[in-house]
Amino acid sequence: MTLTLPEVKRIARLARLEVNDAEAETARQQLNGIFSLIEAMQAVDTSGVEPMAHAQDVFQRLREDAVTHTDADARQRALFQSVAPEAEAGLYLVPRVIE
Amino acid sequence: MKPWEIVIGLETHAQLATVSKIFSGASTAFGAAPNTQASPVDLALPGVLPVLNKGAVECAIKFGLAVGATVAEKSVFARKNYFYPDLPKGYQISQFELPVVEGGQIVLSVGQGDKAYEKRVNLTRAHLEEDAGKSLHEDFHGKTGIDLNRAGTPLLEIVSEPDMRSADEAVAYARALHALVRWIGICDGNMQEGSFRCDANVSVHRPGTPFGTRREIKNLNSFRNLKEAIEYEIRWQIETLEDGGRIEQATVLFDPATGETRAMRTKEDAHDYRYFPDPDLLPLKIDRTWLDRVCKRLPELPEARRQRFVTDLGLSAYDAATLTATLETADYFEATVAVAGKASAKLCANWVMGDLAARLNRENLGIAQSPVAAAQLGGLIARVADNTVSNAIGKKVFEALWTGAGQSADAIIEAQGLKQITDTGAIEKLVDDVIAANPANVAEYQAGKEKAFNALVGQVMKAARGKANPQQVNALLKQKLAE
Repeated sequence: MTLTLPEVKRIARLARLEVNDAEAETARQQLNGIFSLIEAMQAVDTSGVEPMAHAQDVFQRLREDAVTHTDADARQRALFQSVAPEAEAGLYLVPRVIE
Repeated sequence: MKPWEIVIGLETHAQLATVSKIFSGASTAFGAAPNTQASPVDLALPGVLPVLNKGAVECAIKFGLAVGATVAEKSVFARKNYFYPDLPKGYQISQFELPVVEGGQIVLSVGQGDKAYEKRVNLTRAHLEEDAGKSLHEDFHGKTGIDLNRAGTPLLEIVSEPDMRSADEAVAYARALHALVRWIGICDGNMQEGSFRCDANVSVHRPGTPFGTRREIKNLNSFRNLKEAIEYEIRWQIETLEDGGRIEQATVLFDPATGETRAMRTKEDAHDYRYFPDPDLLPLKIDRTWLDRVCKRLPELPEARRQRFVTDLGLSAYDAATLTATLETADYFEATVAVAGKASAKLCANWVMGDLAARLNRENLGIAQSPVAAAQLGGLIARVADNTVSNAIGKKVFEALWTGAGQSADAIIEAQGLKQITDTGAIEKLVDDVIAANPANVAEYQAGKEKAFNALVGQVMKAARGKANPQQVNALLKQKLAE
């Protein structure tokens, strides 16, 4: 499988990456390199092998349902918002979103 | 040509009744000041890792057991990638290929009275996921405000098969599902606060032909909106097709003010979520032991309880359905029966659905907040059943229990001297006096006026201060007047 330039541009758009034509072409070649690697792997007969969802064959550890993050005085919020580009009335402000 | 057939499937988001979020220890309480319940995990600060909430998983297990579904021994969390400011990670943690619950069924009753029918709606799946934050579009100098308190709130997305054939069936399904999640205690069902919201997939086609193209109506947060939105959408689709148009797959919003649906900006990439297993989370394992433990804690389900009320307690299907609308109502009713006795079950049903429900409605109270405890009402019903007091006096006693004038029906009957007069001699005396004192009424009755009889009964009851046994008064009065 090989990727076309429009496909690369679409992937970039989905990931909100800005690429010019030269960069897209470089990315296309690199991605196609990765695809040939995947093709080599897909040539291996894996019938009868159960797909894994994680590299390690262990299960999720769970936490008890309890509130451990307390932020009563909003001091922590002020701390978080001090690194945000803009905040007001406790809200993070972002460029207007219109649906 | 055959008439159009309507095809509806629902996706429902039920907010799970946990105290903390699905992947962080922040509180899920509603109504806090903005961003005070947003932990570093909810804010997607670099270097944080999600840790799954056991309580949220148990809610999913309860649901799976309650609908007779398969609870997956192994399920997997996946990233659903899209960009929106109220989703700071740039992806939502959800489940895709291996959801926690697969299959299952909801039984519902559609319509009322003679036209009512039972319907089974199959479920495709239910999966765990996190909610996004809230975008506030009021004007912040031309910007949008983001509150991430809701980000990371656990949701169970319940997906039905496209089994519904009318807006009424869709609403009946949503109502049954709403009642069930509250019954098993996994969701508070508060639709105003967004704890239970539906997306409806609607299409129309001619029977025998493939399904039509569907449009998805997003975020319906009341049963009324659900019904109106679907009905509008059905009309719009049929008109479009009959005018020779085509339906384009789209996501639409319902505007309750106009009663219309309108398509959201469609983007070719909108549905390309590029799901993949979340490397931050290992697969979730639910073993038999855990399932059994949850199963033991599950209350008797509404369907089973409804049937038991009919077969065991002799209630009508209607009464049984009404009394199993919520777990609180069913528990309250059974507690009255426990005191009044099984033989009085029908009487208990009448009191709970009649006087109690009316009084609660008037005061805008839920049954759990009833000032009259189930045991108190059961005690009163027992006294009505054994003729200690008449039904009419029973209402008086009920009022006294409600206002707290007495602790038990027995105490109130004793203190206010409300015990019914059943002594025939005493009633006979009252009847004789009334006949002697009301010759005009007697004459009218004997001339064939039934109303005059009722006036005489009223006189006797008045003389007895309502305490005479009504059946005895009727019988004695008839007998005396015939003499």
